[in-house]
Amino acid sequence: MAHADEQTETMISLRNLRVSYGDREILHGINFDVTRGETLVILGGSGSGKSTLLRTLVGLEKPSSGEIWLRGKNLASISSTEMDEIRKRIGMSFQGGALFGSMTVGENVALPLREHTKLEDSTIGIILRLKLDQVGLAGFENYMPSQLSGGMKKRAAVARALAMDPEILFFDEPSAGLDPIIAAGVDQLILELKKAFHMTIIVVTHELASAFLIADRMVLIDKGNVVAIGTVEEMRSSTHPRVRQFLDRIAEPEVAQELDYLQMLTEITRPGR
Amino acid sequence: MELTSQIGGSVVDGIAYLGGLASLGGRAAYFTFVAPFRGRPLRLRQAISQAMQVGVRALPILSLITFFIGLILALQSAYELRKLGAITFVANAVAISMTRELGPLITAIVVIGRSGSAFAAEIGTMKVSEEIDALETMAIHPVDFLVTPKFLAMIVMLPCLTIWANSMGILGGALFGVAQADFTWMRYIQASLDALFLRDIVTGLVKSVMFGITITAVGCYEGLSTGAGAEQVGRSTTRAVVVSIFLVILVDLVFTSLFFFMTEH
Repeated sequence: MAHADEQTETMISLRNLRVSYGDREILHGINFDVTRGETLVILGGSGSGKSTLLRTLVGLEKPSSGEIWLRGKNLASISSTEMDEIRKRIGMSFQGGALFGSMTVGENVALPLREHTKLEDSTIGIILRLKLDQVGLAGFENYMPSQLSGGMKKRAAVARALAMDPEILFFDEPSAGLDPIIAAGVDQLILELKKAFHMTIIVVTHELASAFLIADRMVLIDKGNVVAIGTVEEMRSSTHPRVRQFLDRIAEPEVAQELDYLQMLTEITRPGR
Repeated sequence: MELTSQIGGSVVDGIAYLGGLASLGGRAAYFTFVAPFRGRPLRLRQAISQAMQVGVRALPILSLITFFIGLILALQSAYELRKLGAITFVANAVAISMTRELGPLITAIVVIGRSGSAFAAEIGTMKVSEEIDALETMAIHPVDFLVTPKFLAMIVMLPCLTIWANSMGILGGALFGVAQADFTWMRYIQASLDALFLRDIVTGLVKSVMFGITITAVGCYEGLSTGAGAEQVGRSTTRAVVVSIFLVILVDLVFTSLFFFMTEH
């Protein structure tokens, strides 16, 4: 897996990454590399662990074991000061936008610049207008987040993620909760960013159409394991049953569901928790 | 056996909770008193806007409540004092119980209702909508960004509010004094000032600073430990109010007994 030739520099590499919440292990040993400039889509159903994987990559969750190499540092064992330095070089767009409701769109985008740079207010003003223009929200800097539609909020969140000119951009469910036209617009925005800045982009989604449109490579996560990883064509022609089931949208067989249901019932009634 | 394990469990939970509060308070203290000397400017602008919200906007309701409390205190103490023919001591009774006890306590309770709950709701909502996570991924420390200005505002504003509450309480007592005990306004206020020692006022203010720290720590801690979902914000807000009232009274007891035994001799 680690055959990095001269042109493809590895940006992130995961080595046997395990993450647990309490006693419950969510990710059971994840291994893959992300190369500079590629768009990697992490696919997976609800509860597959894909969101946990993303949260771990941006440092919101601590791995219980394993390694995450990013900019030559292992996120599993770095100090919080070093983590802050890495965070200044990455951008994250959250599922609901996560814009600060008490600030205008402009103040939201300007916040990382105000916090981490010593730029003049006028310079920050220019940068924020530039970033808003890039996401198609020119002229909206004085609006409050509550005055924006769902799609606009997401764009504003992308502008904020872009504020510090990140090397890696993370997206959590970019098209969740948007109508197909607006969702297509967000996909288009991701494609433009990829073309214009040659940025490394990591997207977590379960929207297949969007995934096939924006991805260079895809990873399918299921029950905390990597089931398959490959280019769009490789995924499309995969014969792995789980990949086929996901891509062809086949429901879980009834029997398996009933067994799960039974197991769930017995787990709850077990004494002690 | 079941009972002892339950009691043990609650005690451990309680101590863990206090530990969480202390660690939050410690981090806020770091960002308030240490970080400014390491090139991280203090968030004065946010602190001032918080102080407006916590302090200035609380003045009307606090004035009204403490005025009534002063009046109630006068009525209650006069009930007993007039049997002894010592109704003129009403001024002393009101002045001392306001400054030493009720001024700081009533102020704290009003501030818990207005601001402690608001802190928990604000931070809890931010937690639920992933705004706290967003701050972290932008390398902005949530305690530094959200909690520190609130601490600063509360530590400054609670003593100020308490002084105001003391005066309004004495004014409330004066209304009774003038109406029922042959005082003039000036003579009542003079009598109150004569009754007070500086230490009465200072002990009240020391307590009010402690109350401010307690209320902010609990409100912000509850907000930051909000789980997923909107109903969790409601739960955090309720807990912030209940736990704050309990801890403020506990802190009050500790400091009052401390002052009592310190001035014994």
